[in-house]
Amino acid sequence: MKYLTFAAGLFSATAALAEAPTLTVYTYDSFTTEWGPGPLVEKAFEAQCGCDLKLVAAGDGAALLARLKLEGARSDADVVLGLDTNLIQAARDTGLFAPHAVSATFDMPVAWEDADFVPYDWGYFAFVQNKTLSAPTSFRALADSDLKIVIQDPRASTPGLGLLMWVKAAYGDEAPAIWAGLADNIVTVTKGWSESYGLFLDGEADMVLSYTTSPAYHLIAEEDDSKTAARFDEGHYMQIEVAGKLATSDQPELADQFLQFMVSDAFQSIIPTTNWMYPAVTPEGGLPDGFATLIAPGKALLLSPEEAAALRDPALAEWLTALSR
Amino acid sequence: MADRAQPVSGAPGIGAALCVATLILGALAAVVWRAEPGSGLGPSDWQAVRFTLIQAALSAGLSVALAVPVARALARRRFVGRGALITLLGAPFILPVIVAVLGLLAVFGRAGWVSQALGALGLEPLRIYGLHGVVLAHVFFNLPLATRLILQGWQEIPGERFRLAAQLGAGPEAIWRLLERPMLARTAPGALAVVFAICLTSFAVALTLGGGPRATTVELAIYQAFRFDFDLGRAALLSGIQIVLTALAAGLALRAAPGGGFGAGLDRAVQRWDANTPTLRLLDGAAITLAALFLLLPLAAIAMAGLPGLTELPASVFRAARTSVLIALLSTGVLLVLAVPMAASIAMVRRAAWIEIAGLLGLAVSPLVIGTGLFIVIYPLADPRALALPVTALVNAVMALPFALRILVPRARAVIGDFGQLGLSLNMGGGPFLRLVLLPRMRAQIGFTAGLAAALSMGDLGVIALFADQDMATLPLQIYRLMGAYRMEAAAGAALLLLGLSMLAFWIFDRGGRWHAEP
Repeated sequence: MKYLTFAAGLFSATAALAEAPTLTVYTYDSFTTEWGPGPLVEKAFEAQCGCDLKLVAAGDGAALLARLKLEGARSDADVVLGLDTNLIQAARDTGLFAPHAVSATFDMPVAWEDADFVPYDWGYFAFVQNKTLSAPTSFRALADSDLKIVIQDPRASTPGLGLLMWVKAAYGDEAPAIWAGLADNIVTVTKGWSESYGLFLDGEADMVLSYTTSPAYHLIAEEDDSKTAARFDEGHYMQIEVAGKLATSDQPELADQFLQFMVSDAFQSIIPTTNWMYPAVTPEGGLPDGFATLIAPGKALLLSPEEAAALRDPALAEWLTALSR
Repeated sequence: MADRAQPVSGAPGIGAALCVATLILGALAAVVWRAEPGSGLGPSDWQAVRFTLIQAALSAGLSVALAVPVARALARRRFVGRGALITLLGAPFILPVIVAVLGLLAVFGRAGWVSQALGALGLEPLRIYGLHGVVLAHVFFNLPLATRLILQGWQEIPGERFRLAAQLGAGPEAIWRLLERPMLARTAPGALAVVFAICLTSFAVALTLGGGPRATTVELAIYQAFRFDFDLGRAALLSGIQIVLTALAAGLALRAAPGGGFGAGLDRAVQRWDANTPTLRLLDGAAITLAALFLLLPLAAIAMAGLPGLTELPASVFRAARTSVLIALLSTGVLLVLAVPMAASIAMVRRAAWIEIAGLLGLAVSPLVIGTGLFIVIYPLADPRALALPVTALVNAVMALPFALRILVPRARAVIGDFGQLGLSLNMGGGPFLRLVLLPRMRAQIGFTAGLAAALSMGDLGVIALFADQDMATLPLQIYRLMGAYRMEAAAGAALLLLGLSMLAFWIFDRGGRWHAEP
């Protein structure tokens, strides 16, 4: 590879560009948009690596994994960024990932130990609502109320699957009863988060399944403080987003360098107001102002990757049964 | 008829049909080839098949049934703004699903205009979510298409027939029996088959309006097989079911539609002396008004939501718009190259049903399956991202093919039937016949086809998501990305821009095509 790039450098007019190695990072769509973290991350990393960082977007987290499976060992990807704890087991089972060499002290409500995957941000799932609404304090209270909610289909959406895991982690065997109680509160189920959130903003539902950090977007980007999230007593399920290095990478050192960069201040300080999630390592400057106004769940719920993988299919079956009546 | 001499060669059309079938079945085969042993179909899949069939049959039936009075009214009446109305009626059909659903719910949703009006009268809000909601949404999408297809049937009755009818003193009932009913018997089955095929692959609309997993369609099951279970075998199986159902529907429709026609006319303007009674005027007026309200109110909601966002569109939206226009033009070109010869072949060749069914395949197979199949094929050979533009244009063209054939085939059949013998007796070669007879007489249909193809391609998410990187987004993809980043207002603005561009493309192509319908 080195000789090739050297030769290319000799013959190419754009010698400076050709000499720089390329690190290819597969990620989800919203990471790479002009409002997402992508452009800033690219600039910051390229300033220190002497390389070309290529971000490739591929749908959402689950689509990303499907894409990787389709490409297999031939994939150009050096790093995959944007899987979450519900996908880690399936990702590990592909055998495509290599152990990382990152050391960091994470500022997350749960301890993190994983040989293959490094977290870069996290958040809590929550039902977002207008402040004027008196918020229910648990799934049971929500089920007993007349409030209308809109959620996402776990078969097609990452937060939808998160809600499934949330109810399962909080209620275990009682989950079917909770879903049966919620059935008459659910206005509808959408394919993705965008549809749900759009319906909520249009007034079709009182609450929408989203993240505790969603109100921060409205507050900081739109100077609109009318939104809040309901704090549930049973705790809130977490989404931890991770990245991993591919075993087949032709730039393993650069991939390691990127993963280490990912948990540094330069990357972490970009996350809160572009990805609208909590950074995995709180940057030196702390969190942006609006984040202090967000609700703080009393209990963080999270299933391990193995548990999540094992519970996924039965939890889906329970959900389908309860809502198909 | 294949034994008989033909004015033009049927071979190019057969070749085009083979290409289309190879592309789609090849993509499906690639998915099967790549599949690992997975689970077969479970009871929930069969439930999805059942729900899909029920909603598609209801939606197709209702769309076509309602389209008949609307098309009849539009065929009989001339009024200011008629052309604009016909163009606007095409809009729901070409909107990205997410935009159309939000527009529809702004009118019919729990907090929609109708519910607000009911609330002001002290009544309960509308309950839109359920099977009836799914059907309502599908009628919203497909009523305009069905209306246009059937309206075209009316326009293809030569003006001389109506003159003759008027001379013989035929009233509305006699005209219905002698001219209109036979015409409907030929056009309606095809329209039913196309709408049925569209509804067969519905997913996001059915789920959202259906109110939850009760409304699981085959397409959702395919989506689940792909991204939830990564079970390519099951996805391919489900896709096979979609193909079989579409082929069955198409076969039934073709069998039900009799051949024959009204014979050649001299392309005189149609005048309807029979329809001038006050009752008929009132009925036609009501049909047009109701359809216009039903279709235009949600569009108005989309426009109103989009106006504020129009001023703050980021540059990326305009870049995406350029990409979309480029893809739309490319795909319109590809479509015409495929569709016109195929239509001519169907009109001439005996046992042409397979060509029609090959043409329907583009609708029958889920875009996700086609996209994944092509990805599997292309990936070892080239960088899929480098081919994003041509692949998207090609797939969009193939997906528009069923509509194109429905529009082109009846006319091609009529022209070849009426003038083929004349061409042969004059010893006209294939080229001159094409240039002097067939193409000029099909200009209207080709214009309509091109307009529809351009607009459809513009609004379609298609397979671009699998192939594009951030610099190659189309406008629909960019709308999804804006929404995904909380930028709902900008997304609404971009949706309005998309609506405008699609309508413009449709209008430009269709314009050339409407001349012969106007007095």
